[in-house]
Amino acid sequence: MNCHPLLDILRDPARMATLDLGDWDLLLRQAGAAGLLSRIAVQAETLGLDARLPDAVRPHLTAARTVAAKQRQAVRWEARRVAQALSDIDAPVLLLKGAAYAIADLPPAAGRLFGDIDILVPHAQLGQVESALLLAGWHTLKQDDYDQRYYRRWMHELPPLTHIRRGTVLDVHHNLLPKTARIRTHAGPILAAARSLPNLPGLSVPADTDLVLHSACHLFHEGEWGHGLRDLVDLDAMLRQFSLSPDFWPTLLARAQALNLGRPLYYALDSCRRWLHTPIPEHVIATCPSRPPPWQRPLMRQLFDAGLSSTHPSCRGRLVKLATSILFVRGHYLRMPWHLLLPHLLHQALRRNPQQT
Amino acid sequence: MKLGDLSLSQLRQRLADNDLALRTGPFVTRIHSPMVQVADGLLRLYADFPLDAGEFQDFHVRVGPPPGLRRWLRPQINFWYDGHSPFKPLPADHAFALLEWGLNWCVAGHAHHYLMLHAAVLEKNGRAVVLPGDPGAGKSTLTAALMLSGWRLLSDEITLVDRDDGLLVGLARPVSLKNASIEVIRRAFPDAVIGAPAYDTHKGTVAHVQPSADSVARVGEKARPAWIVFPRWREGSPARLSPHSRADAFLHTASHAFNYSLLGGLGFELNAALMDACACHDFEYSNLDDALRVFEELAA
Repeated sequence: MNCHPLLDILRDPARMATLDLGDWDLLLRQAGAAGLLSRIAVQAETLGLDARLPDAVRPHLTAARTVAAKQRQAVRWEARRVAQALSDIDAPVLLLKGAAYAIADLPPAAGRLFGDIDILVPHAQLGQVESALLLAGWHTLKQDDYDQRYYRRWMHELPPLTHIRRGTVLDVHHNLLPKTARIRTHAGPILAAARSLPNLPGLSVPADTDLVLHSACHLFHEGEWGHGLRDLVDLDAMLRQFSLSPDFWPTLLARAQALNLGRPLYYALDSCRRWLHTPIPEHVIATCPSRPPPWQRPLMRQLFDAGLSSTHPSCRGRLVKLATSILFVRGHYLRMPWHLLLPHLLHQALRRNPQQT
Repeated sequence: MKLGDLSLSQLRQRLADNDLALRTGPFVTRIHSPMVQVADGLLRLYADFPLDAGEFQDFHVRVGPPPGLRRWLRPQINFWYDGHSPFKPLPADHAFALLEWGLNWCVAGHAHHYLMLHAAVLEKNGRAVVLPGDPGAGKSTLTAALMLSGWRLLSDEITLVDRDDGLLVGLARPVSLKNASIEVIRRAFPDAVIGAPAYDTHKGTVAHVQPSADSVARVGEKARPAWIVFPRWREGSPARLSPHSRADAFLHTASHAFNYSLLGGLGFELNAALMDACACHDFEYSNLDDALRVFEELAA
């Protein structure tokens, strides 16, 4: 964990007032690479620090806030289009991750950048949902038969849908993890506990605990760590606010047990506490439903630390390349058993991929 | 200290050591490059620009060979923005052109505290003309010619509109000429300093014209917009201005801007204020001298 000054500021944004110009030079680069510049910029404004910051820095924060405001507006607009397209579907439609934070105005939304929109629907309604989205302009682009089969047979989502006019991408999930993943979880309880959105009829967001568990399982089960620190900041922001409610921690642990997501939750809590000083009581981590055996913990910490520090050259330690390769392999290992994974990787390696030329 | 105070070998050393911070208008860029073409180009075209000794730079860029064995076979060059390369590698002799494109990319992709229009902008007698132009319309040729005949260059590619006062902010970076226009400017202005051409780029042959000393010295002065002129070079056409509808000028500048929609309501307000402040014209020309005369009358 060598990512200073970015980590100092994520832990305590008020310290922005104490940075000198050299610190700012590095902070803006680290935060920009991690996709967290807009978040810092919004926090500076919220804390009323802007006027006290150096003249050279302020334009960067203004620009970053402009980008965040635009993205938030765009994700809200796009979510309304999804709600409209799926208004006849008689089943819960849940926004996940970024879109959920933005629409439900949850703590990670402040200054967050958004990518694709993710939704979760019951597996039984997947066909109806796909047809309705198709009519509204969302299509699968650039996917050959193999990709289509791969997604539909093994994955927890449809192939990404792209809107033919706007080019926006929608990921339609029916579960949190692939059918083939080492950890089995089920979407039923998440769909059942969803909270409907008064400002967007037809759409809902997962319960607080489920938002945390999904984010944890997404971050600590995947092989891609490009947005790792950003995702950890999401978790930190949610945990800090949700834990103000006294029964949050016991509910979260029970929920992790019920959904079989204890292990990713353990990694999330451990990493949040170590990286961002999230106030998590010791007994919560000690009673997490699934913890790695003690001899594994330092190893896993090293791996995740490398993943989280891979965003900017100034944060990277010596073994980051090796560690990120291991994380990549681990992501695939967790995703599929070897007898499915090896033929898949072989196919991906040998295909002539027109998308990448 | 100005960049031109360095000798070529001093400049090469500082570029190689990542120890050169160049100020161009409101932006300071740290440039790291082992390439002699980059040092040559900077010394020829940026000699009047100030170096910055501060600890803070807006952009950190590098132009150098990509890793791998290609460097021995058919040398290539790439551009990195703080360790991340947004472009594909190019042939090594395009190094300076790539730096120029990279610097444009830095501004266009990050400076959202301005409204950024895709247009050239010059100023005379306190009033600025904005020249939007479709590719091939002769915008850069006209921009170079105006600058070389006494107009102050603010920018040949990106018009920065200040969000607080609607005034135009200059960069004064070199003007990029393409193909035949290089020879046209060379012939019309034999004293103009033009950098080494890069051949066979995606835009054809590209060469850059050194900004006038006055443009560089006064880059910090914002300019009040007065005209929007859509230039079009047409064989045999007499040089003449004709009215262009403001509504259309609004739509054209908005749809070609780098960040109009990103700015949301503010983008609309700023562009509308720009239209209100400007007289809008079409401008056809074939002969550069006649064109300059028309602009002389416009600014009088």
